[in-house]
Amino acid sequence: MFEIFQYDFIIRGLQAGIIVSSIAPLIGIFLVLRRYSLIADTLSHVSLAGVAIGLLFKINPIVTAILAATTSSILIERLRLTRKVYGETALALFLSGSLALAIILISLAHGFSVDLFNYLFGSIVTVRQEDIWVMSLMAIIVIIAIALFYKELVFLSFDEEAAQVAGIPARLINTILIILTALTVALAIPIVGILLISALIVIPVVAALQLKRGFSETILIAEGISLFSVITGIIAAFYLDIPASGLIVLTALAIFAVLTFLKRN
Amino acid sequence: MHQVDHTKNIIELQNISFTYGQERVLNNLSLNIHLGDYLGIIGPNGGGKTTLLKIMLGLLPNFEGQVKLFGKDLKDFPDWYKIGYVPQKATNFDLNFPATIEETVAMGRYGRRGLFKLPTNEDNRVVTSVIAEVDLTSEKDQLIGNLSGGQQQRVFIARALASEPEVIILDEPTVSVDPETQDKFYKLLRDLNDHHNLTLVLVSHDLDIITSQTTEVACINHSLIYHGSSENFNRSYV
Repeated sequence: MFEIFQYDFIIRGLQAGIIVSSIAPLIGIFLVLRRYSLIADTLSHVSLAGVAIGLLFKINPIVTAILAATTSSILIERLRLTRKVYGETALALFLSGSLALAIILISLAHGFSVDLFNYLFGSIVTVRQEDIWVMSLMAIIVIIAIALFYKELVFLSFDEEAAQVAGIPARLINTILIILTALTVALAIPIVGILLISALIVIPVVAALQLKRGFSETILIAEGISLFSVITGIIAAFYLDIPASGLIVLTALAIFAVLTFLKRN
Repeated sequence: MHQVDHTKNIIELQNISFTYGQERVLNNLSLNIHLGDYLGIIGPNGGGKTTLLKIMLGLLPNFEGQVKLFGKDLKDFPDWYKIGYVPQKATNFDLNFPATIEETVAMGRYGRRGLFKLPTNEDNRVVTSVIAEVDLTSEKDQLIGNLSGGQQQRVFIARALASEPEVIILDEPTVSVDPETQDKFYKLLRDLNDHHNLTLVLVSHDLDIITSQTTEVACINHSLIYHGSSENFNRSYV
């Protein structure tokens, strides 16, 4: 039964999965409560353009994805603040624009192949030791930043106006949150793929919210659901020979469904 | 009788004007709020009450005129914890937000504590004591969404008190709260004003509440129509 742990790629996949599933709900809770979940989707498409740049110039695609996502996150926030476009249209512009760019770049890199498929749908077997180091470093940055700005993030999510009156620098904190989202999204690519990243960020949080607990307790529950879904998904994928990303997201959705049902009754 | 100390200005509004698009909402309005005042701001809907309140809270920076808070210009005012704010939220805050009473009240400490600082024992002590003050100790672990409108409003008062402010500004705090709960709520406010030297600014469209509760009245309809004691206001206008 433990033969699974003899494979290095599974060990690396689990390591990467645990890293990503620990930080996803930390970001997710603030995005969900601020009705800003769509930013995760947008930044995942931006990451695809980043991946394409990496493929084209033979640089580690995770690194280029991180750079593309963080840069765009700052631009999106700037564009939103200028009020030249509505908040959501800023997201739509970046989502479609980056996808268009990605298609062209990938075509130039002759990358419409297995590679692209891996990035779209995730592929834990492609996770290299080098990626684990990058992911660990970035995850530590995300966790420290969330811990440092936790109280400001909570207050702003609950009541932005009162938080501003209390002297909390709303703009700065919002920008920090969106940059952290970009980092998390870029890191999650190998695990769930670009098309399912927002699910990993949003679903465990939405599931935990069904239990109607306090803030810190909700985060802990979301962490549990996220970790459980990722570990279960990766192990089940190995035995069933199906892509882990699909199983991870369906596991999280199943937990959401069960909790919603239990709470109703 | 409650004594108002008229010697110290807490909030000074000088020649304030504000325009939304084409509409001039406030026109050259000046008003001083003093230490220990319990000031009711009253006026018709659309008369500029909420706009004025948002200007003094620093939420609407594009106004004409000058605002001084505790003697400092609003733009350079560093001590926002001195100002407690109870928004008009009983009706429109997110009922599903996952926060307990204790977590919500603790937010009141966050501005005072500042960036990069973790909450301290002192913060916890103050949070516990203000929750007791608004009589919600046994409910402190309940979610804010599960409370009655009156309890929620007391939570927001506690959150404002948690920053240990010198003035609390309340925007229509008892909209959609039943009369009995309203009575208790205003008794609490009066007690805070009488015994804790807390300056209160209460914005309401409810004439009964303003005239029965506050010691001073400012009547606003684009400009300042009346500013003086509630007694005079009652005699002359009501």
